[in-house]
Amino acid sequence: MLASLTSVASALAQADGFERPAVDWHALAPELVVTGVLCLVLVADLFLPEDRKALLPSLAGLGLLGALVPVLTLAVDGADRLMFGGAYAVDDFALVLKALFLVAGYVTVLQSTNYIAEGDYAEGEYYFLLLSSILGMLVMASARDLITIFVALEMLSIPAYLLAGWRKRDRKGNEAGVKYYLMGVFASGVLLYGMSLVYGVAGSTKLVDIGEALATGESIPMITLAVVFCIAGFGFKVSAVPFHTWAPDTYEGSPTPITAFLSVSSKAAGFVALLELIVIGFAGQTEVVRPLIWVLAVLSMTIGNVVALRQTNLVRMLAYSGISQAGFILAPLAVVGQIGSTTLTSVVTYLLIYAAMNLGAFTVVMAVARRTGSAEITSFGGLFNYAPALAVLMSVFLFSLAGIPPLGGWLAKFVAFRAVVDAGTGWAYGLAVVMAINSVIALAYYANVAKEMWMNPAPDGDHTRVHVPVSLAAALAITAALTLGFGVTNWATELGDAATFVASAVP
Amino acid sequence: MDNNQFLSDWGLTIMVFLPLAGALVMLLIPRTEEHLHRTLALVVTLATAGIGAAVLADFDYNASETLQFVVNKPWIDVINARYAIGIDGLSVPLIGLTLLIMPLCVIYSWNHFPEPRNPKAFLILLLVLHTGMLGTFVAQDLILFFVFFEVVLLPMYFLIGVWGGEQRQYASIKFFLFTLFGSALMIVSFLALFFVTGGDTFVIPDLIRLVPESDISRTTMLLIFGGMFLGFGIKVPMFPFHTWLPDAHTQAPTVGSVILAAILLKLGTYGFIRVAIPILPEAAVSWAPWIGGLAVIGIIYGALACLAQTDMKRLIAFSSVSHMGFTMLGIATLTDFGLNAAVMGMVAHGLITGMLFFLAGSVKERYHTLDIKRLGGILLKAPRMGWILGFTAMASLGLPGLAGFWGEFPAILSSYQPAPGLSDVTFRVYMVVAAVGTVFAAGYLLWLYQRTAFGTPTDEFVDADIPDVTFPEWIAWVPMLVLILVIGVYPNLVFHVTDGQMTAVADWVANMGS
Repeated sequence: MLASLTSVASALAQADGFERPAVDWHALAPELVVTGVLCLVLVADLFLPEDRKALLPSLAGLGLLGALVPVLTLAVDGADRLMFGGAYAVDDFALVLKALFLVAGYVTVLQSTNYIAEGDYAEGEYYFLLLSSILGMLVMASARDLITIFVALEMLSIPAYLLAGWRKRDRKGNEAGVKYYLMGVFASGVLLYGMSLVYGVAGSTKLVDIGEALATGESIPMITLAVVFCIAGFGFKVSAVPFHTWAPDTYEGSPTPITAFLSVSSKAAGFVALLELIVIGFAGQTEVVRPLIWVLAVLSMTIGNVVALRQTNLVRMLAYSGISQAGFILAPLAVVGQIGSTTLTSVVTYLLIYAAMNLGAFTVVMAVARRTGSAEITSFGGLFNYAPALAVLMSVFLFSLAGIPPLGGWLAKFVAFRAVVDAGTGWAYGLAVVMAINSVIALAYYANVAKEMWMNPAPDGDHTRVHVPVSLAAALAITAALTLGFGVTNWATELGDAATFVASAVP
Repeated sequence: MDNNQFLSDWGLTIMVFLPLAGALVMLLIPRTEEHLHRTLALVVTLATAGIGAAVLADFDYNASETLQFVVNKPWIDVINARYAIGIDGLSVPLIGLTLLIMPLCVIYSWNHFPEPRNPKAFLILLLVLHTGMLGTFVAQDLILFFVFFEVVLLPMYFLIGVWGGEQRQYASIKFFLFTLFGSALMIVSFLALFFVTGGDTFVIPDLIRLVPESDISRTTMLLIFGGMFLGFGIKVPMFPFHTWLPDAHTQAPTVGSVILAAILLKLGTYGFIRVAIPILPEAAVSWAPWIGGLAVIGIIYGALACLAQTDMKRLIAFSSVSHMGFTMLGIATLTDFGLNAAVMGMVAHGLITGMLFFLAGSVKERYHTLDIKRLGGILLKAPRMGWILGFTAMASLGLPGLAGFWGEFPAILSSYQPAPGLSDVTFRVYMVVAAVGTVFAAGYLLWLYQRTAFGTPTDEFVDADIPDVTFPEWIAWVPMLVLILVIGVYPNLVFHVTDGQMTAVADWVANMGS
């Protein structure tokens, strides 16, 4: 140990003229703001009396909105910034995704406010961990280097493991945490192994260098293995079949705001990493990537859907529906390299719309569960009679997830279809038909919930009103406005189209 | 900006979105204000009809083959979707039909909202439906068309599922899944079409121009047409995709059935004439014999199924399958004659079958059953309603002098001489089969009339108090009855509007298709 330290020291001494890398503070401002706020939350938690803890979620929420300001100024500024030898990029792609993570994180805070305050949970640590995880996602959006990607992944995952098991007095809560942790760590191992193989072949951890080194088009078994392991590693994160087995149990056992967080933000972060790896690092290996993703996409869509049909618990159903949606998000990656930049546009567009509608659906679940204390689908019976607004909103989110125009989801599905059909190959058309059939199957279980809300009587004829706290109402307003707005305007597609990698970071 | 300029720039847009705006306003009004909701819905539908009437009055009927009131603005740039709208001789009659039917539906519902009542939700859904239907008839961009085409699904699903009969849950989801299956494959077709024509535009007139210029293989065209065929064919519905229709119709509340029969089914046939045939004339010619074949199977199958029904509403539903068969046969001939007949068939079927469903609803409300065996003697109990039923049944079976005749007869006649490239023999066989179908139609409708209206009331209803036609019913029905008669006597009212556009489509197919 000592010997190795001294050797490092001597190596540093030999490297003459060591210069501190220039730090672009503006570019790092979003991360710095979140870092500052998460420290503040932790400290404030120490000194706040029990009855003033309600300040913590406000602080966390404001911090996330505050971090949005530098994202906007950077977007207005428009310059692509590459830092730390190209390992960290603040380009349009990073900015769009950072905005997504911050807004989605803000909605998560809104969702958590009452849930955590009323449920006898530790509050300060909760928001501290939530912000840490979001910070990891912000880093992920900018990571252009294997090590940065891995650090970002762990930074967003480890707090999430803890948050998933937050209901520690509940057996399902423990199961959720442990399952997620074990599977996640295993996935990290797989990913690391893949990355080490990539490094072995390419001789660099920077994605752009890897892209150039692997661009030979040659099919070397070791490269294939490396690509497969890397994609499999993130397959866990995005809960693609067959790496999805943790999702339903974890979703069911986690606190509902965290379930929403895992199924939206954490999944989006996984897709961000996949995009970075596939579009930049493995740009020359699309022959390997395409069939692999094709299979993952078809399996995720189909199995996710078929299993979702059988669910009686809404949160579990949403978990499986999320698996199926992941299949749709993956689909354009199955034709990557054949259609230019459309892959990137369609995946990002889908992620934006998916975040809005899925967070919205979970918010309604939380609002209703406050009264019924249950997430069973039957507990939604008669919702339209005693809480028509919630029923209408839930229908909006569910049918949006099903892809019925003019709600946002149709546009997400459409851009995915468009990207796939654009490739024009037989495999692509086959995938498009599988997608078409799956969107019909999906409707069956989304409509089943709508049926329960609109057409069935309330269980036990209980018609007490649902009290929706302000924070949940705000979350509903944000998600509903985005879900509807994305469906009839060009906002989502324009953002998706703008999200491009800095040119110098793409081989 | 003078008045006409404003009308031509904004007229269609206001007409399409006014109902939606009305629905949004109604969302904010509490549920207990039932009267306000009714009044507002009526005002909105009438205002929409007023704007529509102004647009239709300004329409140049001598140039009905050219798109008028065109607006073409960017919408979602990244996917090349444009807000392109416009109307021509094909849209006008169907828009007119929609504008007419919707206020009548509101009036009819005035004081008998089906259980579980809730006029607010019911009327909001009707208004959303209104926007969806009008939008479909004006859209000139495939993506816009698709969005409007799908917008009608949700309100209809809820109308059937919440306000429907015993089997409403099954019927509503069946309706939804069938239609969605068709449209999912349809959207894949639209995308394929978009890319094979160079990935530039979804605007229908541009695509019509681009397809012959692009080098598209025959197989591709046939497959793309096949996807559209499924999307539109399920909506029509054509045999063998019709199975959702009897369930949906039977279970839907009266107004839902009326709108379904009068307008929603027309979205399918409209799609064939607006999208599938002009864009892919060659594929249309190849598919036409199959479409024609399925159409005549539908005619006979629907008619035979009618003869086996014991429920009045279900019988009318199957008669829809049969009647839409005539419309599809007219379309399949790909001649101007046949296409004109098809549009006439759509309008006539909309008025007549819409009317029949109104009547079925009113009978159900009075007798609390639609079991044909238990009805009887309506003419004795409620003579005016009995006569109206007789009039409508006669119109439906194609009695000359009433609207139904001009939908069926020319469709049959047109298949004597289908478009060049189609086999005369095949279509003449279809002609004979379709003609036999009209005999069945006379059979089941007269039989229905005989068993429900003639004779004496069954024992259980001898002393029952069956009120005759009420005031809201008169207001809702008279315009339809008058139109059935007027179009029957003077069919040029429709033919004059459609002929220019239909001739253009048929010429285009004749030039391009063979």
